[in-house]
Amino acid sequence: MAHFTKATSMHDWLNQRLGIDTLNRVLATEYWIPKNINFLWAMGMILAITFGMLLISGIFLLMYYQPNVNLAFDSVNYTIMQEVGYGWLWRHVHGVAASVVFLIIYIHMFTGIYYGSYKKGREMIWISGMLLFVAFSAEAFSGYMLPWGQMSYWAGMVITNLFSMGGLHMDGLVEWIRGDYVPAQAYLNRFFMLHVLLIPLAIIGLIGLHFGALRIPHVNNQDGEEVDFDVEAKKYLAGDKANSKVIRFMNDFLAKDMMVVGIFLILFFYLVFYHYDFAMDPVNFDPANGLKTPTHIYPEWYFLWSYEILRPFSTNVGLIAFAFAQVIFFALPFLDRSPNAVPASRRGLFKIWFWAMLIDMIILTAMGKVPPIEPFGTIGFYAALTFFGLWIALPFITMFEKKV
Amino acid sequence: MKNNSRRGFMGKAFGAVAGVGAVASLYAMKRSWDPLPSVKAAGFTTLDMSQYKENELVVEKWRGKPIFVLKQSKEMLDTEDKNMSEITGKSTGTMDKKRLIKIGDDHFLVCVGLCTHLGCIPGYRPDKKNFLCACHGGMYDDTGMVTKSPPPRGLDIPPFKIDGMKLVLGESSPEYEQMLKDGITLKV
Repeated sequence: MAHFTKATSMHDWLNQRLGIDTLNRVLATEYWIPKNINFLWAMGMILAITFGMLLISGIFLLMYYQPNVNLAFDSVNYTIMQEVGYGWLWRHVHGVAASVVFLIIYIHMFTGIYYGSYKKGREMIWISGMLLFVAFSAEAFSGYMLPWGQMSYWAGMVITNLFSMGGLHMDGLVEWIRGDYVPAQAYLNRFFMLHVLLIPLAIIGLIGLHFGALRIPHVNNQDGEEVDFDVEAKKYLAGDKANSKVIRFMNDFLAKDMMVVGIFLILFFYLVFYHYDFAMDPVNFDPANGLKTPTHIYPEWYFLWSYEILRPFSTNVGLIAFAFAQVIFFALPFLDRSPNAVPASRRGLFKIWFWAMLIDMIILTAMGKVPPIEPFGTIGFYAALTFFGLWIALPFITMFEKKV
Repeated sequence: MKNNSRRGFMGKAFGAVAGVGAVASLYAMKRSWDPLPSVKAAGFTTLDMSQYKENELVVEKWRGKPIFVLKQSKEMLDTEDKNMSEITGKSTGTMDKKRLIKIGDDHFLVCVGLCTHLGCIPGYRPDKKNFLCACHGGMYDDTGMVTKSPPPRGLDIPPFKIDGMKLVLGESSPEYEQMLKDGITLKV
């Protein structure tokens, strides 16, 4: 048995039993972050805090929400919005955070692509991050069902219909997923369960994996410099802080991180209080009605680019294109054949590839929002083809990239 | 050595028991997601076909989906005959009215009222005697056949069984099986 002595303080008492000093050293004070990074490296902390706000606002919504097809709409739009004290705050925080979290995820992803942060031992960071993206997408979709308005119902109808696999007509699978012939009570109940328990559990587990994947390869930096973290950490601990290339995670780095978080939160609460409507589709303020389709069905903005890839093609081709778009980002570390883990600006053709991909996805997003009339249909079609062209070109342009 | 092989055996035995348990629980989980018997039992709708008026669309409900019922007038049937004889070269006969259900002396279009393109609900225009889907401009004639794309096929016909002047939706019959065999509709 380990040897325990009479504790000299509360801290010592805990330290003998839980090793809190070691924990603090490993997780915070001796977790090393490079100095040469910029504000884009704060997106991870912003995401963690936004997830926290989603969790807290969600807990309060959960106290009054009724997962019943006859009660759900009123429990959200009447009970929570008008009766519960500050119920509107939780709903608007939840709705705005669900939308903004995807903006930050996209910035976080494209930062990683620009600086090559998925290469040379950082592949698992990228893959766990992509798994988080998929889990967040499922969480957003299942949450969108819960107010049981017209858009909830018809988005649920259209998205679950995708599982009939087009020409394969697997209607049995669709009915199994719904638990009914159309979205109804069984459907609402199971998506409620997924939204408040199973997917959040998966997200929390994946966040653990994402952080864990970061520990051995460490954080990348904005110069593509290979930092020897052991050597630099020794320098820092020996007192040569000026010449060391690293700083402590806490408090050094975190101080700067929280500064960016602070600016984000001001913008975030500006949206919550004054512009929450951008995250609330007016069509969803009509109760669900299976006998009346809204004239124009479109997803939330963050799914528009993949929706636009589905739309311009015939049913089967569209589904294959859609499936390709959903999984291809997972393969990025393996399709990029270049050994250079440096910013895109120093990688020749890859620089063009990066900006072309970013602009193409913005065009796809814009075209997904407008009705499918000309010239938008044609623009969307070519933007979708460009998306595939860029992914096919990636291995070739990176294979011949000069070593820097 | 002896100990190791004993541990190895215990490990394998545990693996086998746990494997059986895992498969069994996966099956239980799959079954728990199945539609409930009460949901399945509610999958039938009986329509009294004597109540409908000619060229007047009535929207019924079956398994939560809208069902179009359109009783054909003499004029509509004649147009149908004329169109079909143009396509087939025969004056009149068996090729026509395949999408329609004959009850007594009347012909009915009974179909799922969801556009086969992306599932919007098309509107009926009694003066033009056709359906127009507002979402993407697809059109169907008064028998539910596509006359303008993008819909890939005509409006789907639900399983039906004729029972005197009544029509039971959700139950198949030789007439419906014949429609499936002729490729008139997909199984709904």
